[in-house]
Amino acid sequence: MKRLVPMWIAIVAGFVMLLSAFFPITESLGETMGDVFNVVAAIAFILGAGSLAKVNLAKISQRDQGWGYAAITLICFAITLAVGLGKFGVPPSAQFPALGWSGEKDAEGSIFGWIYEYALVPITSTMFALLAFYVASAAFRAFRAKNLEAILLLSTAFIVLLGRTFAGVVLTGWLPDWASGLRLENLSVYIMQVFNTAGNRAIIIGIALGVTATSLRILLGVDRSWMGSGD
Amino acid sequence: MRHPYVIHDTLCLDPSDPDWRFAGIVEKGYRALVARNAIANRWRMISSALILCVIALDSSGAIDSAPANTPSIITGNKVNLSSKIPFNELGQEVTVPPAAISVQARDVPWDAGGVIEVSWKPAPDTGTATKWVIERSEALQTGLTPWAFVAEVPIDETVVLAPKLSASASYFFSVTAVGPEGSSAVATTKNAVTPEWNFFIGAKLPLFCAILVVSACVIYYILAARRGRPMKVRRIAALEAITDAVGRATEMGRSILFVPGIQDMDNIQTVAGITVLGHVSKTAAEYDAAIEVPTSRSLVMEAAREAVQASYLAAGRADAYNADGIRYITDEQFGFVAYVSGRMVREKPAACFYMGCFFAESLILAETGNSIGAIQIAGTAESSQLPFFVAACDYTLIGEEFMAASAYLSGEPDQMGSLKGQDVAKAIAATLIIVGVVLATGAALAPQGTMASALEWLKGVLGS
Amino acid sequence: MSKFITILEGLDRRWIFLAMAISVAGPILIIGITGKTLPETPTPAARAVYSEIEKLPVGTPVLIAFDFDPASGGELTPMATSLVHQCAARGLRMVFIALWPLGPQLIDETIRRVILADYPNLKEGIDYVNVGFQSGNEAVMKVMLTDFAKAFPITKNGTAVGDVVALKGIQRASDFPLLVEVCAGYPGAKEWIQYVISSSGGKIKMVTGCTGVQTPQLYPYYPVQLNGMLGAIKGAAEYESLVNSSLAPKDSSAAIPAKYLEAQRRMGPQLGAHLLMVGLIILGNIAFFAQRKSKVRATS
Repeated sequence: MKRLVPMWIAIVAGFVMLLSAFFPITESLGETMGDVFNVVAAIAFILGAGSLAKVNLAKISQRDQGWGYAAITLICFAITLAVGLGKFGVPPSAQFPALGWSGEKDAEGSIFGWIYEYALVPITSTMFALLAFYVASAAFRAFRAKNLEAILLLSTAFIVLLGRTFAGVVLTGWLPDWASGLRLENLSVYIMQVFNTAGNRAIIIGIALGVTATSLRILLGVDRSWMGSGD
Repeated sequence: MRHPYVIHDTLCLDPSDPDWRFAGIVEKGYRALVARNAIANRWRMISSALILCVIALDSSGAIDSAPANTPSIITGNKVNLSSKIPFNELGQEVTVPPAAISVQARDVPWDAGGVIEVSWKPAPDTGTATKWVIERSEALQTGLTPWAFVAEVPIDETVVLAPKLSASASYFFSVTAVGPEGSSAVATTKNAVTPEWNFFIGAKLPLFCAILVVSACVIYYILAARRGRPMKVRRIAALEAITDAVGRATEMGRSILFVPGIQDMDNIQTVAGITVLGHVSKTAAEYDAAIEVPTSRSLVMEAAREAVQASYLAAGRADAYNADGIRYITDEQFGFVAYVSGRMVREKPAACFYMGCFFAESLILAETGNSIGAIQIAGTAESSQLPFFVAACDYTLIGEEFMAASAYLSGEPDQMGSLKGQDVAKAIAATLIIVGVVLATGAALAPQGTMASALEWLKGVLGS
Repeated sequence: MSKFITILEGLDRRWIFLAMAISVAGPILIIGITGKTLPETPTPAARAVYSEIEKLPVGTPVLIAFDFDPASGGELTPMATSLVHQCAARGLRMVFIALWPLGPQLIDETIRRVILADYPNLKEGIDYVNVGFQSGNEAVMKVMLTDFAKAFPITKNGTAVGDVVALKGIQRASDFPLLVEVCAGYPGAKEWIQYVISSSGGKIKMVTGCTGVQTPQLYPYYPVQLNGMLGAIKGAAEYESLVNSSLAPKDSSAAIPAKYLEAQRRMGPQLGAHLLMVGLIILGNIAFFAQRKSKVRATS
């Protein structure tokens, strides 16, 4: 029963969503299913917050390795939640100047807005910037001319890397107009538009068919491993 | 010296409180029927009577006579709009574009209802017109409702779809050409049209047929597999390596890290990731290896817990299941990455699985995993992230391989059959591509030839 | 030589990180001091973005979606700035939306940076409006196809969309002749193409600015479903140079504000990083071949 009910919910919801794309009579049902998902996901967020609190509190109480990080996580979580819900420092909106809470939670001057601007933005930008370092170390390790395919990959990488910067112009800008197609900046565009597009389309078509087959296996109840390999 | 009349008009809805509005200015000597577009539009209110008020101005523009209502009541549909002489608000004659010659409306066939296609024929020379304004009015038994705006389209367009209509009502449509100095006379449809509701959305027929064909292939081979037809799948190294990776973690006494992507359960890649998690956790339970599943969505945490618990039960190790190992971290992409990377550096898991939908975090996770010497297996259908996983992981499931992972790992004939069906669908898609390429090449060489016609036919059939 | 090869073979990745930091920081400092940027030659994809916006008549409503977050702001903010700059200069009616929760704040920042600073004559709610964020990803797109007000009932500041002058005449997505999408992932340009552009029957044109990682994935849609595309900071720099050259002050002595040169300024660090990577790949291969040679010698 524990597996049968979720399976049937998935089957019914899946088919309704599929049919709603083609049959107007089921359109509103499809929208309802979407709304139900949003509601369930919102309720699950409470479970998520509960899990976060439970795991981190346990870590702190047991003085596990790195328990200080757990404390910081919980403190930050509590502060952000409080200032967001309480709209601390939020100026009233222009429509309702007499009502203190009428402004947006992230309005200029609010604490939530301050956290966003001076904590979230720099921290996430820093994490994103780490990619530059990891790309370099991955390239150093992975691009080895082991065989013909690897040499082709390597050559393409060189053309695109140089063609996407001013180095391409410096290196091949002297080529006459009749040979302008061989300039690195043009070659990189050609590679992106032709070879890359062809390869990507093949992968996209394969993925689309894979998604269809996977969805069908789940909708027909053939694949139930998303509920665990319990057979 | 001009001595124009300013015309104000009002709808005769409440004579005691007339809502006078500016309608136009005419020179003395013209009849009061002369008016600008504003009044002409409202004259189409055939159910309402109209009173005209004429105010005379002297040369300085000051009012030199009291407003006087016209004695007669004029109804809009009897007014000869073609006699209109256009003037601007300064009383100067202006050039207005010619009106549309004919306006037609038809219900859009095979749709979800509520949409009518309005088309019109412009005059041979649209003059200074820059755009068309389309309006609608619902036909009631007592007359027409006020005209409501439908759309504004550039002057070179002659068709528009009027949306959000009631399937139980009938509508008239009007088209007006608008130029910099004024608007044309209004052209309206002769009959009211009802936007009927249809059973099936015809525009999606090609997509529906494609889904039917792919589904038929998959279902046929599932049934064939059930009847005992042998199904062969090529060896997928990444999936074969799962057991080795779990075994290595067991030998080293370290944990296994499984990341099911950063999207929610409404993403099929997350579902595919959870199916692989079911198999990995079953192997982990059998080997008695600890598994950790950080998630960036609460719903995924719940689904992952269910999957892992069921796997531990199936492996007869229900006691070893640890729900706290499957935990929600944060929805924020890089907050999640920071946690997982930090955890990897501190705990040094022996095996890392990345199965699901990934974006920029893919390389950060995979490089961190590589730096701690973990055996890494990744799978995603995000083609933009595949190069990073290929570069930094030991094994990568590329796109459809990832989607096939669950079937491959289960080894069940039903699921293997679905893979065969998927291959047949792929063969059909490849055939269509080859046919399209041949026809497009032929059409490029001979634009009037049979190939060009065949290509157009194929495009029509496929709905592109 | 053999010592050098040994060092290369066992190179700690932290040295690579340090080299990357230097190769990026160097050009940032040089450009910051000199104020000079590298010249850009716009590619057809960037030109197409510019011309699609430029050919719209004054007052045309344009849907501008900010589907990214501050994390990718470094790569996408310069192009978002230039896109809004061109739309504002062109006198288009800008309707901003976001399908990412942090998008509305980025919209507000861009409005402050471009419209409030340089186009004070444009009025909020009349010439532009920040409709804000709506959750639901593709579901929102599908609803927008038939009913814009249902997908976005109120603007970010709480006004009903029906009362917003900037949204006059907008009933559904296809009432926007152009969609300008700036995106960093899911939902993004791919979803807009699949759910809105494909269903609009060619009524809506779309141009996009995306991260470098997404660029290869979006090329298959260009130029049929995507009418123009800005790939990463390179695409942004090309487009920025186009916009700047067309909107440059008549007085040639007036300098272009730094905020409209951000993408071109970032091409310097990109050049440094790319050259380093080319160098690293060459060094890695030297080490690889040396290692292979020594193995062959050992076996023979």
